[in-house]
Amino acid sequence: MKAKHQRLILALVALAGVGGAGVLAASALRDEAAYFRTPVEVSAGKAEVGEAMRLGGMVAKGSIVRQADGLTIRFVATDGKASVPVEYKGIVPDLFGEESGMVADGRMRADGTFVADRILAKHDERYMPPQMGEMPKDMKAAPKA
Amino acid sequence: MHAYANPTRFLAIAKPLTPWLLGVGLLLLLAGAWAGLTQVPGDYKQGETARILYVHVPSAWLGMGGWTSLAIAGLVQLVWRHPLAGIAARAIAVPGMLFTALCLATGSIWGKPTWGTWWEWDGRMTSMLVLLFLYAGFIALTSGDEGQRQGGTLSRGAAIYALVGAINIPIINRSVVWWNSLHQGPSITLRGSSIDGALLWPLGLTVLGFSLLFGAIVLMRMRRIIADNRVAARLRRLADDEGA
Repeated sequence: MKAKHQRLILALVALAGVGGAGVLAASALRDEAAYFRTPVEVSAGKAEVGEAMRLGGMVAKGSIVRQADGLTIRFVATDGKASVPVEYKGIVPDLFGEESGMVADGRMRADGTFVADRILAKHDERYMPPQMGEMPKDMKAAPKA
Repeated sequence: MHAYANPTRFLAIAKPLTPWLLGVGLLLLLAGAWAGLTQVPGDYKQGETARILYVHVPSAWLGMGGWTSLAIAGLVQLVWRHPLAGIAARAIAVPGMLFTALCLATGSIWGKPTWGTWWEWDGRMTSMLVLLFLYAGFIALTSGDEGQRQGGTLSRGAAIYALVGAINIPIINRSVVWWNSLHQGPSITLRGSSIDGALLWPLGLTVLGFSLLFGAIVLMRMRRIIADNRVAARLRRLADDEGA
């Protein structure tokens, strides 16, 4: 009976220790494990010109402009607090669109434009039937964060 | 605790329970798959592609739930030396790994048409891949080891490995919250679901169906280990009798 309790306490203490170490490691990784940088981080100077990085954000409403060559697009990536102009030459995923999330691989140019080599679409956690998607925003079921 | 330690008592419950779990599980699974594929509308944004969630979500849930159960079994083995704990952990490992692989595969197939990529090293995908490797490590560690010949108990090392590996479970769960990632945030939280009710109900069926199926597979595998033990014990007795 005694040994059993000793083992239980030992296992729980060890588990708490390892769990704590895991949480500490995860929180130390917070910035390093980020898949992309946000426009706020970029405008705060966290991106050097020419450095390979990923930029993630929402495509600002009405910002997609197709250039004369028919392949190059320009748009503005925003996170609500800051925005970064993006230039990309190539084919975008079907889900790429205005007021929708995207992640771009590329680098900052000296003029403050992000030049993307590749663009991925990021969707949010909401799923609903099409009829509701077409409804005016204020009629939709409130999205839960 | 040791009242339930008896494999005979376990078998008395597990034997009649197995066909029920299997039958009801398959039924719910088929109903959920049918409803998810034919009865509910596609997603407003992703269209038909989103229907893969009826397999992807249960797979993720069972991959992670499998390791959680495996870790609990490891703790019970370590502290109470419960004879069924090691057997349970061994029985869980293979289906747990299978569902983790299914989650990664369906996620990859889903990622290509929606995100535009089969694979990215973001927090969610990387931590889920780590879970697959943890399962592989556990299976390698426990296959043909001393414990397998001694009735299916876990070695101290394997039990500790199961417990330490459990740290990855909250990391997978929080990966899309702690770090910005390509994978979207959680849809189903304690506060509710951001999957609309019209699309959500088949998911309930497949999650429950896959879970019952998982339970049935685990019970069958546990029963097989116990049967192996009995065969081995009988052979030993026979050998002893002949030797005498």
